Amino acid sequence: MPISSLPSQLKSGSPPAGDSTVQDEHRHFKVLDVTMKRHRHQPDALIEVLHQAQAAFGYLELEVLAYVAKGLKLPLSKVYGVATFYHLFSLKPSGAHTCVVCLGTACHVKGASALITALENELGIKVGETTADNQVSLMTARCLGACGLAPAMVIDEVVSGKQCPDTALEQIRALSGK
Amino acid sequence: MDIAELHEIAQQARDRRKPTRIRCCTAAGCLSSGAAAVKTELAQAVKTAGLEDQVEVCSVGCMRFCGHGPLVAVDPSDTLYAAVTPTDAPSILTALNGGKATAAQADPNHPFFAQQQPIVLENSGLINPESIDDYIAAGGYEPLHHALTELTPEETLDEVTRSGLRGRGGGGYPTGLKWATVAKMPAGQKYVICNADEGDPGAFMDRSVLESDPHRILEGMAIAGYAIGANHGFIYVRAEYPLAIQRLKKAIQQAKRYALLGSQIFDAAFDFKIDIRIGAGAFVCGEETALMHSIQGQRGTPRPRPPYPAESGLWGCPTLINNVETLANIPAILRHGGDWYAGIGTETSKGTKVFALTGNITHTGLIEVPMGTPLRQIVADMGGGVPDGGRVKAVQTGGPSGGCIPAHLLDTPVEYESLQALGTIMGSGGMIVMDDHTSMVEIARFYMDFCKGESCGKCVPCRAGTVQLYDLLTQIMAGEATREDLDQLEALSAMVKDMSLCGLGQTAPNPVVSTLKYFKQEYLDLLLPASNRSGAPTVATLS
Repeated sequence: MPISSLPSQLKSGSPPAGDSTVQDEHRHFKVLDVTMKRHRHQPDALIEVLHQAQAAFGYLELEVLAYVAKGLKLPLSKVYGVATFYHLFSLKPSGAHTCVVCLGTACHVKGASALITALENELGIKVGETTADNQVSLMTARCLGACGLAPAMVIDEVVSGKQCPDTALEQIRALSGK
Repeated sequence: MDIAELHEIAQQARDRRKPTRIRCCTAAGCLSSGAAAVKTELAQAVKTAGLEDQVEVCSVGCMRFCGHGPLVAVDPSDTLYAAVTPTDAPSILTALNGGKATAAQADPNHPFFAQQQPIVLENSGLINPESIDDYIAAGGYEPLHHALTELTPEETLDEVTRSGLRGRGGGGYPTGLKWATVAKMPAGQKYVICNADEGDPGAFMDRSVLESDPHRILEGMAIAGYAIGANHGFIYVRAEYPLAIQRLKKAIQQAKRYALLGSQIFDAAFDFKIDIRIGAGAFVCGEETALMHSIQGQRGTPRPRPPYPAESGLWGCPTLINNVETLANIPAILRHGGDWYAGIGTETSKGTKVFALTGNITHTGLIEVPMGTPLRQIVADMGGGVPDGGRVKAVQTGGPSGGCIPAHLLDTPVEYESLQALGTIMGSGGMIVMDDHTSMVEIARFYMDFCKGESCGKCVPCRAGTVQLYDLLTQIMAGEATREDLDQLEALSAMVKDMSLCGLGQTAPNPVVSTLKYFKQEYLDLLLPASNRSGAPTVATLS
């Protein structure tokens, strides 16, 4: 698919639609091209390429999957199958901030579900959803391996341990400046 | 690179050391508690005090007392500070000259430390994981040199066989036998894979080894490659471990620069290169055939075995897959000999095992103990028991594939066979302590929720069975289940176990089976009162 035919729709957290967004997309596709070239367009590199695509675009929209499929000479069904198989690949845009609550056993035993309930109530969304203003996505992780700090949560890639509902809410409110 | 150069690098690294070393843990656990700021402040305090000639502040890997981070240790006084904050930094320097530090001190002679026997973790917390020189100064890459220049591949393999080492990923398959199977395959392209897809919730041993001593894994893989005739290795690591990935990448670069990876390592006729493959969040990829599919860019679904990876693995070539901890034992075995290793542990389970001790326990963190250590010693003495005088109800090992050991059986020694006899498994090393407030039915449901979500969907017993088991457990939890439902839960557990394709499904019912075995009353108490009678007809079973 030629790059020019790709929609330049807004992704959450991006600046308003305009030249800069289009330029961003061009740059992201270039990154993707470089990655595929580095892997000599081998179909075996699909997961590596999808990681790179998600890092560049933020999520994997269908157009990106089609581009990867063409680049690696794979059927789109196969690329879609792999992208939907793995939890870390997202086909939907996420909010400007991400909040991930660890649901590993140690965190579970130490009250992670209370964190989730508090955050769901505060944000008015369920796990896996993004707030209507596209500010916060609430997610869970199987285990962060930060079990010594249970219960743990990650806000925008920063892990904080030994949380309780109050400290978790405090952090979330700080994000939106409330 | 030859042995003289290796020794010279080691000597130079030792010469660079200053009389006093302040070691700061910079593994993921302590970093999450603010270790980076602590290290910066300590370095600043050294500068302010004008002690740069005398004192160095260095980053090291995990010091194991993870629940009390950030941790800072001072050599040579052997002082360990816990829960250090940046404001404690100046006083830690004052304490060097007899003052009093504001940070709390941990006792290095506490059973948590004193009863450990570090082999896998021998460098962890002592060396800078991002410095190959530090690893070499600790004797690193000498075992590889020993194998490549003084032993044949057969003799290298023989050391591992004699050590009695068994797979640390959970299965407990004899490592020497696994290596021998791949070594016996006709010469040609072969691969070594390091399985660093540590997915069990509550387990972080492998993450810690990768973050604290990455060169150890590279060296273990290279020795394995030499023994079995492989020249290419892959490390499959979960994307959830960004720090481990970063340190592995750096370690590979450093090893290449020193020609410890690449062509003709130590001028021997042996080439070895290592690539990293990053997972994408699928628990099932810890299963070896699923992992190989994932490395090949496919969906991580398992396939029936045989053929085993040893015969037909990556791209159809003979492939050796070992877990991180297994490979981390290899340099020590080559250094001290297989017989030395076989002298540690018990008759059937040799060496040590690293456990991630978590849950309702006073001291969470990593422990490495000889095989055969009683669980009670680990939980009560080393871990300090349940905080605030609570009582241990059960200890869970083996993650979603394991089971719960009730408190009255805690005198059981840690061994592959003894744990299996209790209905659980050694697993990869997660050990979660549960106190008497924990509902065992809820724990079983928690694990079933996990397995239901992680089932790859390829085989029906696992895909549909885990959903049905989860629904039954939910029904029981809600107090809406009858005795018939409970019987169905048992029958279905047996069916899923017997009929699933891979380890995930075959072991998914274990948490249910083991809690039913030891805590059945909790299930019975949740049933609808009128139906709480035995003898009701049960669903058809397959046996």
